[in-house]
Amino acid sequence: MMNLDKLREQALQEWKEIKYPKIPIITVGSATCGRAAGALDVLSAIKTKLEENSIQARVFEVGCIGMCYGEVMIEVTLSSTPPILYHQVNTDIAQKIIEEHLLHNKILVNHVLGTRDHLKYEGINPFSEHPFFKNQVRIALRNCGIIDPENINHYLANEGYKGIEKALSLNPIEVIEEIKKSGLRGRGGGGFPTGTKWDFCYKSDSDKKYLICNADEGDPGAFMDRSLLEGDPHSVLEGMLIGAYAIGANEGYIYVRAEYPLAITRLKIAIKQMEEVGLLGDSILGSNFSFKVKIKEGAGAFVCGEETALIASIEGKRGMPRSRPPFPAEKGLWEKPTIINNVETLANVSAILIKDAEWYSSYGTDNSKGTKTFALAGKVNHTGLIEVPMGMTLNNIIFNIGGGIPHDKKFKAVQTGGPSGGCIPSTELDLPVDYDSLASVGSIMGSGGMVVMDEETCMVDIARYFLDFTQKESCGKCVPCRLGTKQLLLMLEKITQGKGEMQDLTLLYNLAEKVKSGSLCGLGQTAPNPILTTLKYFRDEYILHIQDKVCPAKVCKNLIYFKIDPDKCKACALCFKACPVNAIKGAVKQVHVIEQDKCIKCGVCLEVCPPKFNAVLKLSGEEEPKNE
Amino acid sequence: MDGEVKTVSADNSERSELIPILQEVQETEGFLSEKSLEKISKSLNISQTEIYAVATFYSQFKFTPPARHKIKICLGTACHVKGGEKVLEAVKRTLKLENEDTTPDLEYSVERVACIGCCALAPCATIDDHVYAKLTPNKIQHIITEMEG
Ligand SMILES: Cc1cc2nc3c(=O)[nH]c(=O)nc-3n(C[C@H](O)[C@H](O)[C@H](O)COP(=O)(O)O)c2cc1C
Ligand code: FES
Repeated sequence: MMNLDKLREQALQEWKEIKYPKIPIITVGSATCGRAAGALDVLSAIKTKLEENSIQARVFEVGCIGMCYGEVMIEVTLSSTPPILYHQVNTDIAQKIIEEHLLHNKILVNHVLGTRDHLKYEGINPFSEHPFFKNQVRIALRNCGIIDPENINHYLANEGYKGIEKALSLNPIEVIEEIKKSGLRGRGGGGFPTGTKWDFCYKSDSDKKYLICNADEGDPGAFMDRSLLEGDPHSVLEGMLIGAYAIGANEGYIYVRAEYPLAITRLKIAIKQMEEVGLLGDSILGSNFSFKVKIKEGAGAFVCGEETALIASIEGKRGMPRSRPPFPAEKGLWEKPTIINNVETLANVSAILIKDAEWYSSYGTDNSKGTKTFALAGKVNHTGLIEVPMGMTLNNIIFNIGGGIPHDKKFKAVQTGGPSGGCIPSTELDLPVDYDSLASVGSIMGSGGMVVMDEETCMVDIARYFLDFTQKESCGKCVPCRLGTKQLLLMLEKITQGKGEMQDLTLLYNLAEKVKSGSLCGLGQTAPNPILTTLKYFRDEYILHIQDKVCPAKVCKNLIYFKIDPDKCKACALCFKACPVNAIKGAVKQVHVIEQDKCIKCGVCLEVCPPKFNAVLKLSGEEEPKNE
Repeated sequence: MDGEVKTVSADNSERSELIPILQEVQETEGFLSEKSLEKISKSLNISQTEIYAVATFYSQFKFTPPARHKIKICLGTACHVKGGEKVLEAVKRTLKLENEDTTPDLEYSVERVACIGCCALAPCATIDDHVYAKLTPNKIQHIITEMEG
């Protein structure tokens, strides 16, 4: 068998020149989140500045390191200083960094996040000691934000493709055993043991088998798979190679959301590079294993993340799920045995084969091994992409890694599992995050969305929001889901509009249980979870909406109103000018008043009222002022 | 239909080309016109009804010409929690749209999308290919008024 020794040697040489450079190395985090914060402008500002000063340096883009709230991030390595990571960089600061750090060897301490690679330098701590990173264990995300995702050499230099080399030296059963031993469970939401699933497919007798990577990522509050594909596509592709070898597939697909153009571009580049070095195609690395892979772009339907719907979609049909069994491992794409694995599952597969099962299973809990990535968002200070060992408590994730709730507001709930998951209240913050514990409180692990909510989030409105989503995305094939989610949504709308009755709560609960038990696929079976968990933990909020016509979080439009405090208003006319419907009376030096019958409750007055005056009040429950 | 419609066999790879072809046509022409659907139907030998059935299932496909500026408001969970709905309302108000989602002069269209992957900077929106982060109703109102010139 051929191996990659020669290529790897070159790659290691290239990598060494980055780690111990002769000329300055600058990397810019430019995944989607970085770009939204202006990474591409920063990149061109850096290039301009380098040119102006005739500085020779190497500049390249890397993926997301996970600290989305700190974007734009850049890293500078000189022959004389270790890698220094800067955060919250804009074009001005970037140019200043070039000026000070590159030209005068002076580090811009105010913007330093830390040093890389556990090196302490002139009082600057390694970034790995930062609270955001300290408790993380990065296995799936091992290379994200570190390597250039468009350069296969960077992946090779970081032990890349050692996993497929190892796999090819074993027989398929041994590979499957290794994955079984690692305890890896599917990261796409279902949590089914990956090795066991592969075993089924391996045992299905067929002339043709397929392996599909599910990169549809439909949870509307999650972006782990996108970051992974943008930051380290080779780790996922290597996982696909290993899986295909294990089950005996020689063709594969990656089903990617069309909304992820950068991920698609990077996958295409990676596939081409693999073909060039013989990691795709016939007789891979000289073995008798052949594999090719195609990219299929999704066309915007949440249900297509479900495996049987996904198969229908690849076949060119409407993406409707069908009942299982038969499971795809027996009858999948074009009726052939097919394995569908999530992006993160596959990135873990390559890591496991590169190291070994024992190492992997040393992380996590009894029934949930390894790590899990989460897209941490909402009302939390450190929003971003994290990876933690299974079993870490919610408390640790939200308050240590996440840095707590902004503006000293009170934590109310955390939502995991997206539209299929539930809202977990503060009383459960000590819950370890693993498949079984999350299920025990009515939520699910899901694919890794984790949205933090504070006192200003209305739990009835959140339930309504998710039902609005699932109702729209229901494919309509089965009645409980198609009609049930619609009725559930209507009831929730009624309550948030202040028109609910107490009996609605019983009705809501009963129907939710019916939709859960009667639906055909996971979409309908889990759609009621947001309702059931909020009913269980936040029933008092429902009752306030119904009996007192009060929205305690002051979100539900029909139950709130705005008022200008005459004692605080300085008659500056800002709100008066900004109101889109001219509902504010007053003039300069004449205290402003909101005409309630004209007010559309858009909140613009509250937004523009200068904080030093703070004269606009948002109220719910108190008696509404009459128009004067 | 003309009765000539052949059913394509289950593992016919042509059938699996349908969605990629529709995607390509939409990419180049901006939407799926009746004419292009007719063409696709002939070349793939799949009935037009069937093509419609597939295309209408996916939210990506549009059957009317696109507006010049596409505004996409993120209503993913993070953006919802941080007030994305108010941003959407402000856009519709500024463009004087009620139930429709495209202005009559085809200058602007408004669409709600789920998570564009910038949750950390919520609420966000994209206008054409540019991402706008940390929006408020007032901010987006100004951005649009400025675009209108
Ligand atoms: C409505 C619905 C949406 C889903 N969306 C996704 C998705 O976006 N990505 C994903 O990997 N799995 C998704 N799944 C789970 C898949 O059906 C399947 O279990 C998974 O891709 C298997 O891979 P794994 O074993 O590696 O987790 C979804 C399931 C349902 C019911
Ligand atoms: S929810 Fe809006 S970007 Fe993620």
